[in-house]
Amino acid sequence: MSGEQDRATAKRPGWLHLHGRRGFAGLFGRAPRAAITDWLYPTLAFIAFLLAWQLVVIVTQVKGFVLPQPLHVLERGFVSLDLLLANTPATVVAIALGFAGAVAIGIPLAIVMVASRPLESSLYPLLVGSQGVPKVALAPVLVVWFGFGILPKVIMAMLIAFFPVVINTAVGLRSIDPNYLHLTRSMGAPAWRTYTRLLLPSALPQIFAGLKVAMALAIVGAIVGEMVGANSGLGYLLVVANGNLDMALVFAILVWLVLVSLLLVGAIDLAERLAIPWSRNSRSRHLVQVQG
Amino acid sequence: MAQAALRQREQGAAPVPEGTIRIEKLGKTFTTADGLVPALENINLTIEEGEFVSLVGPSGCGKSTLMMCVAGLIEASTGSIAVGTTRVCGPFTQVGIVFQEPLLLDWRTVLGNVLFQVEMRGLDPRAYESRARELLDRVGLGGFERKSPWELSGGMRQRVAICRALIHDPPLLLMDEPFGALDTLTREQMTVDLLRLCAETRKTALFITHSIAEAVFLSDRVVVMTPRPGRIVADLPVTFAAPRRLSLKTTPQFAEQERRIYSIFRSIGVLRDE
Repeated sequence: MSGEQDRATAKRPGWLHLHGRRGFAGLFGRAPRAAITDWLYPTLAFIAFLLAWQLVVIVTQVKGFVLPQPLHVLERGFVSLDLLLANTPATVVAIALGFAGAVAIGIPLAIVMVASRPLESSLYPLLVGSQGVPKVALAPVLVVWFGFGILPKVIMAMLIAFFPVVINTAVGLRSIDPNYLHLTRSMGAPAWRTYTRLLLPSALPQIFAGLKVAMALAIVGAIVGEMVGANSGLGYLLVVANGNLDMALVFAILVWLVLVSLLLVGAIDLAERLAIPWSRNSRSRHLVQVQG
Repeated sequence: MAQAALRQREQGAAPVPEGTIRIEKLGKTFTTADGLVPALENINLTIEEGEFVSLVGPSGCGKSTLMMCVAGLIEASTGSIAVGTTRVCGPFTQVGIVFQEPLLLDWRTVLGNVLFQVEMRGLDPRAYESRARELLDRVGLGGFERKSPWELSGGMRQRVAICRALIHDPPLLLMDEPFGALDTLTREQMTVDLLRLCAETRKTALFITHSIAEAVFLSDRVVVMTPRPGRIVADLPVTFAAPRRLSLKTTPQFAEQERRIYSIFRSIGVLRDE
């Protein structure tokens, strides 16, 4: 028995250690490197990107109102920090509400579709077909219907975000080994108990993959909504800065948006690690999914 | 207690010899894209209460289908199955099932996985906790109650699955190649442990395997099936006295039993010398 246990402990989940999150290299079975490379590589890549940007500006001598230097963008960002901060809450609230709406509608819809064949065959084509509509084109329509308040932005974010939630949840619920369902049927378990105690927890890795995509899309939705018709928010600020040909500010807002989205998607990542500590290597799983 | 009451409710008030399986003229035909595929033909088999019966046969001969029919998870095309006095139609719940994969839940501890059976039945898991601990102790997993499945080896995981199949004290235990994914030595140990566990609990057991030695070592009877469509060609009693020990496997009597089954497989063309 002790031999069995030794083997067992050797298989401890990777998430306990930093090298568990080892990215592409891990996919090809290479031995994990020290944790420092996890930070070093992306940092180096980012610095290289900034240097390349600076170099392009210097070599081509392009005008500042076409492509500003990274340093000027940084400077403009610091000068206008108040402006950025003042316009962030409206955008974040629109993103959060849109995302929450997408989850609140998407997950139950996926459950219903997996549970019932007739509902699936009637809803699925509609769902896929609806993705053919460029939702950005709906933004002006939403303004006509719901005015200039926060509602059209929330709806825009929700419309864009909810598709990956539905699809990933449905795929997650379906991907279970059918013998698990044979087991729960032999236990005489009612369907709701099978969903709450077996299917939903086992689908969590896929659901979270969907949530991350959904969060990224909700940000796009909210910004687009604000660009079409708003009097506050980062999308609105973007339109104003662009109108003034203040490219440094435009780029500062974009960088700010990157920071905001890193924070929001990172929050989902954190929630994932808290909710599914049993998922050994959630990152490589997602990569496999995206690539496959 | 609650278990007995539940069983009573589901099966009516009549007292039942719960563990007897009676399979009569059972047939199963699958409808596939290529037309009708007969999987099982005219299966007649009676398993008495407390008997350990192995099904051996080549891959695809319908062993698993037969087990699923007994569990009521696949509907038979013809014939009937009764467990005790209950006719099986729809999922039969007075049963514990072990599949080739342990099918544990990663988000539950070892103890939580065993109690999953009880929870899914709507029973109070606290009432079964001491029994679960005792079962785990008996399969050598005492002290592992709070571990997670990923911290266990394959053999240990399958032991947990066996405990989960026994926690509600079902009269019937169905096992579909439960040791098929394990290495040979672990497998040997598991057969010894299973034999002891079954002798102690006196369950009726239907055990599916590819391994002739495993079948002979474990069973009171070995039922041999033909390739598809699966039929029963032989039903051999195995009469070694209990308790059977690993040393039994090296005796001439054991080899003779194995030889009989090999010769049946040769005579129906499943095994050939050249």
